[in-house]
Amino acid sequence: MTRFLLPLAVFVVLVGFLLVGLGLNPRQVPSPLVGKPAPEFQLQQLHAPEKTLTSKENLGKVWLLNVWASWCVSCRQEHPVLVELSKSGIVPVYGLNYKDQRDDALRWLQQFGDPYATSAVDPEGRTGIEFGVYGVPETYVIDKNGVIRYKQIGPVTVEALQNKILPLVRELQG
Amino acid sequence: MRLKLLSRLSLAAYGSGRNDKGSRIGSPGSALEGMRANEGGFVLLKTALLLCLLLLAPFAGAKEAAPVAEDPEIERRMVALSEDLRCLVCQNETIAASRADFANDLRREIREQMQANKSDKEIVDFLVARYGDFVLYRPPMKSTTLFLWFGPFIFLLAGAVFLVFYLKRRRKHIEEPALSEQQLKQAEALLKEGKG
Repeated sequence: MTRFLLPLAVFVVLVGFLLVGLGLNPRQVPSPLVGKPAPEFQLQQLHAPEKTLTSKENLGKVWLLNVWASWCVSCRQEHPVLVELSKSGIVPVYGLNYKDQRDDALRWLQQFGDPYATSAVDPEGRTGIEFGVYGVPETYVIDKNGVIRYKQIGPVTVEALQNKILPLVRELQG
Repeated sequence: MRLKLLSRLSLAAYGSGRNDKGSRIGSPGSALEGMRANEGGFVLLKTALLLCLLLLAPFAGAKEAAPVAEDPEIERRMVALSEDLRCLVCQNETIAASRADFANDLRREIREQMQANKSDKEIVDFLVARYGDFVLYRPPMKSTTLFLWFGPFIFLLAGAVFLVFYLKRRRKHIEEPALSEQQLKQAEALLKEGKG
């Protein structure tokens, strides 16, 4: 009887590891930028190309930076959540329109609603690289000192908003 | 009424069947006509294909020309470096091999930084600062990666120790105890019986 105990124990441990592994999401690569100052940028605004949006404008307040594109399917999924969030006025959401066409982006916002205080345009994805963006959508929570405090990879869900983002925003707003 | 409809249907079926036959093995005229029509279609298809190719040709050229840098030395360095970098979108591919848009952007970034005379290490540090160690196919040796580096050797050692003990124990089991006097006699008796 005891001769089976050791293999059984090894098997159980292995199954435990595999179970945990199944639950992990390989797409959730932790960002080394969390806890570091957000990269500086100066980009054209989507609605007014003659104006720019800079990262320094938002110093002193907590804000969200949402990376989106009209060609991104998951962005549609999260969009109603963002629209609701912006209506609530709890925290301003800024958009980073990533590798998109201006016309498409404007049409998209017209169709689904515009939750963004301002959208900045990153047509070649260069600011995206600075932020470590590797998929759209991604959302960053940035504090009053311009430090990235959280990165949401993939769509902002109601659960993520309630359990992670909003409590953090309230804490940061003090 | 029903019968009439049925008969009409069958007639129609018969008719179409006959027509089929006619065009296949019927009069040579109709067969030739079919061939000619076919030929006409073929010519049209050929022309359309040619037109498509001609229309596509400039795009094909433009697409091939885009990623090739002016400097082959930088291109060689870029490919060598990006072969050790993981594409975060298609996670089992290198940035050198991936056709994802993201990998394309990173190749452009690496190329530009090389043109700006940055060293390979500076470029890797730049990427790690933004994407983390996950971007590296060769993880650095750190306190968090010690198990990753030495875990396999620990398992190997544990396996070897287990094997040595197991084999020693098994040898004891296998070693046959010497036969006693009585057992020898018994065996001889049995052998004799077998011969007889």
